[in-house]
Amino acid sequence: MPELATQSEHYSAVITIGDVAIRLNTIDADFLQILHRRYAGFLSPDAHAEFSFDVDLLPPTFLSPDVDLSVSHRSGRWVLDRGDFRAEWEPAAHRGSIRQTANPYSIDAVLRIVHTLVLARQGGFLLHSAGAIRNGKAFLFAGVSGAGKTTISRLAPPDATLLTDEISYIAKREKGYVAFGTPFTGELAKLGENCSAPVAALYLLAQGPENRIEAVTAADAGRGLLANMLFFAEDHELVHWAFKAACDFVDRVPVFRLTFVPDARVWEMIT
Amino acid sequence: MNKKLYVARSPRIAARQLGEEMLIMSAQGSTLFTLNPTATILWQGADGATTLDEIVERRICSEFDVNLEEAMRDAETLAEDLARHGILLVSEEPIINRNLVLQEQH
Repeated sequence: MPELATQSEHYSAVITIGDVAIRLNTIDADFLQILHRRYAGFLSPDAHAEFSFDVDLLPPTFLSPDVDLSVSHRSGRWVLDRGDFRAEWEPAAHRGSIRQTANPYSIDAVLRIVHTLVLARQGGFLLHSAGAIRNGKAFLFAGVSGAGKTTISRLAPPDATLLTDEISYIAKREKGYVAFGTPFTGELAKLGENCSAPVAALYLLAQGPENRIEAVTAADAGRGLLANMLFFAEDHELVHWAFKAACDFVDRVPVFRLTFVPDARVWEMIT
Repeated sequence: MNKKLYVARSPRIAARQLGEEMLIMSAQGSTLFTLNPTATILWQGADGATTLDEIVERRICSEFDVNLEEAMRDAETLAEDLARHGILLVSEEPIINRNLVLQEQH
């Protein structure tokens, strides 16, 4: 008698960024390899995953990531929708699902959004910034694309540990803020180190004719931080949390404007 | 005679005074606004129970060297502008249902 059904193998990868472990389940061994390559250094198979997502792979097709991202929340469920993926996530149930083709970019976007939403409730955030640890302290360099995040990362001296050249993970702690390495890469295409340190300063990047660090007003610090925070939803509560997180951060962490020329000497000022 | 206008802070914004400036973030488009000193005073006084002319007379005219009539005209324009951006609610009746106002003021 012929078999009526075949049993699929189930694979999973647990990716821990910051404090949060997320399990991705798939029946596709090749996609598992994609995850292993993409998140090497951030895989923790034995960690207890706080959230678990079933990844449903669609056949290869033209799905455009350029379609506007939509992140909405209703009845305890987040729906993340972009041209190249659709994800649903129920935080209270600790699980969700993702439909996408077998590529690392869509899953990366989903992870960024999920971490943003998780951090927001805890007073933390993801920030468009390079980050590095030096002398046991984390320094963040925030700026939009082209501001110099990759450049300053490339110029980092050997004693600096690169946390990211693109997206920093900032968690709030009782005594301050801690920056964690992330696998979210920019032009450097190099994963950050999976380690953390207390945040000593945030620099708002500008490129200019000389290396200079200037104080900024509290309001400029807040505006600069908010301009670089990852923020995906027009949800009323989320706006409140993100705004509060930014204001609390600039209350406690020194913020400066760093103008620099693309020269390694800029790091002489970062200690 | 002009009608009394009541003004209230919108429940759909978050706000915090950072240094000398009042920053306000609206859920509508996640837009960030910075209020000037006059707008900050108006916004702080906008409790839904106090009329606009009372705010102007008690808080703006006492702070700035400006006559009441001119200050009222400017305040009405400002209130309309803030209302258009979803920061302020304006009504001819007291605005009492303000339980949801989320603000971060130190």
